[in-house]
Amino acid sequence: MAKKTAYQRVQAARDSHKISTDELIRGLTTDFFELHGDRSDGDDQAVIGGIGLLKDVPITVVGIRKGADTEENIKRHFGSPEPEGYRKALRLMQQAEKFHRPILALVNTPGAWPDVDAEYHGIGSAIAKCLQVGMQLKVPYISIIVGEGGSGGAIALACGDKVFMFEDSIYSVLSPEGYASIMWKDSSKVQQAAEALNLTPEWLQENGIIDQIIHEYHSGENLGPLRDFLANQFNELANLPIGELLRQREQRYRNF
Amino acid sequence: MLQSRFKMPSRDELKKRMDKIPDNLMKECPICHTTFFSMRMGKQRTCPNCGFGFRITARRRAKITFDTFDEMDADVTVPDQYDDKKYRGKIAKAKKVTGIKESVLTGIGSLDHQKVVAGIMDPFFIMGSLGSATGEKIVRLFEKATTEKLPVVMFTASGGARMQEGIKSLMQMAKVSQAVEAHSKAGLFYLVVLCDPTTGGVTASFAMQGDIILAESHALVGFAGRRVIEQTIMKQPPKNFQRAETVLDHGFIDAIVPRTNLKQTISQLLRLHQREASHG
Repeated sequence: MAKKTAYQRVQAARDSHKISTDELIRGLTTDFFELHGDRSDGDDQAVIGGIGLLKDVPITVVGIRKGADTEENIKRHFGSPEPEGYRKALRLMQQAEKFHRPILALVNTPGAWPDVDAEYHGIGSAIAKCLQVGMQLKVPYISIIVGEGGSGGAIALACGDKVFMFEDSIYSVLSPEGYASIMWKDSSKVQQAAEALNLTPEWLQENGIIDQIIHEYHSGENLGPLRDFLANQFNELANLPIGELLRQREQRYRNF
Repeated sequence: MLQSRFKMPSRDELKKRMDKIPDNLMKECPICHTTFFSMRMGKQRTCPNCGFGFRITARRRAKITFDTFDEMDADVTVPDQYDDKKYRGKIAKAKKVTGIKESVLTGIGSLDHQKVVAGIMDPFFIMGSLGSATGEKIVRLFEKATTEKLPVVMFTASGGARMQEGIKSLMQMAKVSQAVEAHSKAGLFYLVVLCDPTTGGVTASFAMQGDIILAESHALVGFAGRRVIEQTIMKQPPKNFQRAETVLDHGFIDAIVPRTNLKQTISQLLRLHQREASHG
């Protein structure tokens, strides 16, 4: 297969036929029980969370998800969480820590939802809390960038022990459109921006930002190998004494 | 008919007179639109009418806030790997304007005989953006404070992530958060002062992680840029939706303190957090 250009990768990451966060959760876990709400303001549909078994081990899953159709996409703001979504994720991650459950975070977001209410409800503060608490959770914490990993809204749920990316995914400080508009005041230079941003999994792995690239799973495909892979990764992390786990996590980010 | 006795000066004469008027003699406040003589801003650079704190360099802020200030990590600067010519030009200019080598000035300050580790972001250094060396300086600041069991006061002023450094800039949010949390877990006090403007990745990390969060009057505080929000909601956002006063109303800031009272307030809060005082 010919190598995709950076911009083709952007398009592939945004493809509407891409495997959804919900399907990944259903395929990877059994007995999944969805949990709702941030216990404060509401229940953001862009973030799904709950508990399920990953090869018989209970884990907490939080995920940012796009919609399957227009109606769902409007409800989920095309995969852009509101502050309530980050607070829901945070609540469930802290709950995971209490019950010693590993955490799997699935990320597919162009970024946090930029509107007036999100500002009023403290979107900055919500992301900041996810980072501050996430970095110190005393349980194994793995993130997968499934499609788009856009900006602060993505790193909020990608600050754990391991960060993986699907083959057709991107991770960047800003969307290529936003970058082109800020750097060159010309949002049509998207392709150039995609190149400049170094947002491909290959570049990010070479430069130590992510740990590994995961083969692209399509909708309907057997997720068994990914399930095995994740179970192994969680096992390895769970075998570390907590102090060592936290030390390694700290070191992972201290080097950036 | 009444003849005007006013005699129009010649063109040359007018130009001569204009040249005598110093530049920047008058200033207009962007918040209350009062026009006043610049000298009335005083050393603190505030609007004499509404108290808005104009953007100032980190060096000036260190001078007006602390009794003494010993700079740390003065030579930490943008890594050489970023060799884009345009970016390099911006860095050189920023260094010249601000007199510092990255967008944050860090050091140990004293205030009414109280020692504090301080970070001051400089809005004139590429908009106070969060470069990897900025993150490095802030992490070292927190590490120093944790080791020496000292409180931290951080003045934020930033346009957010440093686009030129891409994903490395984004990673600083996690890196700094980690250091903040380690300092917090050691039971130490972290005070944030949000200055104009505090936005983007800085708002979404260490600016919102303080034990106490203060803001200067009318400072712009928000996450997403106004233009991005405008494009999303397809209409103009309310005029003051990202001003400190609005953010206070929504519960994300402890207090708004005019710059002229800031020194006294910081001193008071440091005193209230002295461990010796609480244990007797």
